[in-house]
Amino acid sequence: MGKIFDVIIVGGGIVGTATLDRLARYDLDVLLVEKSDDVAAFSTRANSGIVHAGYDCEPGTLKAKFNVLGNALLWKDAEDLDVEHLKCGSIVVAKEDGKEGIARLAEKAKANGVEVEVWDRQKTLEFEPNIADDITMSLYAKSAGIVSPYQLAIAYADRAILNGASILLESEVKAINKKGEAFEVITSKGNYSAKVVINCAGENGAGLNDMAGAEHYDTEYRRGDYFILDNVERKNVHTVIFPLPTKAGKGILVAPTADGNVIYGPTSIATQKDDTASSLASLDEIRRNVPLSYKTPAFNKCIRIYSGLRTIIGHDFVIGESKLVPNFIMAIGICSPGLTSAPAIAEHLRDLVTSKLNCQRKANTVEQLPKTKRLMSLDEKELNALVAEDEAWGRIVCRCEKVTEAEVVRAIHSPLPATTVDAVKRRTRAGMGRCQGGFCGPRVMEIISRELGIPLEKVRKGNGEDSNIAVCKVKEVK
Amino acid sequence: MASLLYDVVIIGGGPAGMAAALSARKQGATVLILERDVRLGGILNQCIHQGFGLHYFGEEMTGPEYADRFRKLVDASDIDVMLESMVLSLTDEKELTVLSPKLGLCHIKAKSIVLAMGCRERTAGAIALPGTRPAGIYTAGMAQKICNIDGYLVGKEVVILGSGDIGLIMARRMTTEGAKVKLVLELMPFSSGLKRNIVQCLDDYDIPIKFSHTITKIVGSPRMTGLYYAPVGEDRKPILEKEEYISADTLLLSVGLIPENDLLNGTSVELSRITSGAVVDENRMTNVEGIFSCGNVLHVHDLVDNVSHEAEIAGESAAKYALGKAEKQGEVVSVVAKDGVRYALPQRIHKGEGKVQVFFRTGDVYKNCKLIVESGNEVLLSKKCQVLAPGEMGSVIVDKAKIVGDIVVRLEK
Repeated sequence: MGKIFDVIIVGGGIVGTATLDRLARYDLDVLLVEKSDDVAAFSTRANSGIVHAGYDCEPGTLKAKFNVLGNALLWKDAEDLDVEHLKCGSIVVAKEDGKEGIARLAEKAKANGVEVEVWDRQKTLEFEPNIADDITMSLYAKSAGIVSPYQLAIAYADRAILNGASILLESEVKAINKKGEAFEVITSKGNYSAKVVINCAGENGAGLNDMAGAEHYDTEYRRGDYFILDNVERKNVHTVIFPLPTKAGKGILVAPTADGNVIYGPTSIATQKDDTASSLASLDEIRRNVPLSYKTPAFNKCIRIYSGLRTIIGHDFVIGESKLVPNFIMAIGICSPGLTSAPAIAEHLRDLVTSKLNCQRKANTVEQLPKTKRLMSLDEKELNALVAEDEAWGRIVCRCEKVTEAEVVRAIHSPLPATTVDAVKRRTRAGMGRCQGGFCGPRVMEIISRELGIPLEKVRKGNGEDSNIAVCKVKEVK
Repeated sequence: MASLLYDVVIIGGGPAGMAAALSARKQGATVLILERDVRLGGILNQCIHQGFGLHYFGEEMTGPEYADRFRKLVDASDIDVMLESMVLSLTDEKELTVLSPKLGLCHIKAKSIVLAMGCRERTAGAIALPGTRPAGIYTAGMAQKICNIDGYLVGKEVVILGSGDIGLIMARRMTTEGAKVKLVLELMPFSSGLKRNIVQCLDDYDIPIKFSHTITKIVGSPRMTGLYYAPVGEDRKPILEKEEYISADTLLLSVGLIPENDLLNGTSVELSRITSGAVVDENRMTNVEGIFSCGNVLHVHDLVDNVSHEAEIAGESAAKYALGKAEKQGEVVSVVAKDGVRYALPQRIHKGEGKVQVFFRTGDVYKNCKLIVESGNEVLLSKKCQVLAPGEMGSVIVDKAKIVGDIVVRLEK
């Protein structure tokens, strides 16, 4: 057996990357293994991107605790990591018959230590003019807001790498064996040993537990479909608008995204693992529900549908060390408010690990990522200086989102390199606009091909060998 | 970089932009073309099939050949061309901010502007296509670019949604390259493309097309493996009991083209809700004085020949405006489309001398109907038509001297 890592984290979603980031500040050998071509490849890239205030979690649960702690940590992380975010507040809107529901939420907020205000229609209208006509009140939470969830996970991964941690992509865990004091983690790309394994495997969390011989959990999966609207709609939505929550979740919301779009969704459809296929019925449910809280839906401005999976284990997160398998640590069943809770869960896991392993905080760690230069945020002088140095700053690749070739190249050579069209998209927004990559897709493919020195037919959309876009040369169909 | 001043700045160097530039230059104006690609020609460069130029040049040629005729004329002229140059902003005062790799950010001022940015394709997202979102789903134009410019196929077993012209052309192109095009699905009961393309691209290759059908679910991830489709009812909603499955690794979308007018957000140019292009008069001038529009950014054409003609009108008018040579215009009337006519363009015409060609599209297929053009209470024209279809743009000539009031273009059974 070769090198023994101190910690192997399985899963590169928001919890896995945040935990890697926190552990990377210690003199520990930490490895994250991820089965996809990129971090943030599953639920982390397909959720509402809401930083929840924490008023609707059952008091006393891990969800309540980590949500409230995570909210404060997340805003700071987003700032340090230069990730798009906006503390725009949120409102839960209700009709006259929702009075009790609002009052119950206000009570929970109090129990959870979350500051909220109950507003009448007038006050609500002043804040969000487009609420439906029969809305009579709302619950306002000022600590809520929005963040780009995939950018946050990518930034955690980048900072962790800069601080010495390692990430292996396209490495699916096949087995976990205990060999003496250490674990042997068998992946599709090789075997690795570690003293501690952390299960952040998202929808495969319960499966990984079974693999390691840890506690068995039954998992429920619920799919949420969303509409993303053209950024021209952004001016019409000022805050996160929730209906009153139900058993199925927080309901179908209307919200701006940190990237400058608007989303309508999600639904909550009982399903099985791996199902992220939107359905006609579910999309129709969104079409029917949005007008109940939001007066001026613009479904004709839709530029993309997406779907994400909630992985639900009972009523709460499962976080902590396995009682059956010592040094096997779990952070599973992380459904909503998982994104907001992630940094707090990460710090909790960090404390667990650092109390087990003899380690010190490193003296010099990267705390802030440099401000990401983007064409649209540069002033004329800065931009012209950049173009003078590198023409690629003057060459727009994605015309909808105004992304230059230099930004694409930078993403391909970032600490955690983007090697697929979707990975470039998540880092630069190239292809996220209204033409959905119709124009820039082939350009991005060429740049990936050139920068990575691979033929065009090896350039992939995302995960999986067969997600290549150019499948063969013309005249060579087999 | 110092500010640049031109009489006429043309945004877009495709067929519309090149024709507009040449006709503006002919009037004696100083002209600049701003093109975002590395070469002039626009989308014609990837349209390597025949079928261009029959009306304009009296001979049939490919897209690149058609573009080349204009490009050579531009090259031989003293029209300035900036390639790889993207206009980031435009104002009513005709000030442009342009980014290019050679010059960085520069500011350009024009006396008149011709919008010639073309159009973009509607996407899977825009039609809220249900199911997974795997590799294998592309707009027909993107597949065409990868095939004809880069030399690669995007798949081997293909279904096409929509019967727009690019989709039909790609059905034939993929077939001749050895891919199997299994099926074309069209939501409407009629094709949105040219009749000749249905015949030459589908019928000649035994590719079936199912009208009044749509996709109900995409299957497969990370690559598409197939899809479900179903007939639609009168309300165009799928009848799910009749859903069928077909395997395919590729879906091409040809579900509509949208004039790409996003640049106008910083201006007060009025856009038509029907064409998504500017509202223009017979000189192709928008409501903002000195800003003109032509080609697919004004309304989607089915023949490039019409684009060239239209662009020449816009280019000439833009030059005259810039040089102060514009003739005094008479009173303006509106052109209104109704009773089956979806739109008519130009939407405004001035009373006066000469003739104006008014283009129109119907909203449905009409057989044995009468096309009527009226002004005030006068019937200017009444013409029997065997077939009028949305996929084929029609036109009528209106004598400006006969205009007495608003013009109505309508159909009668």
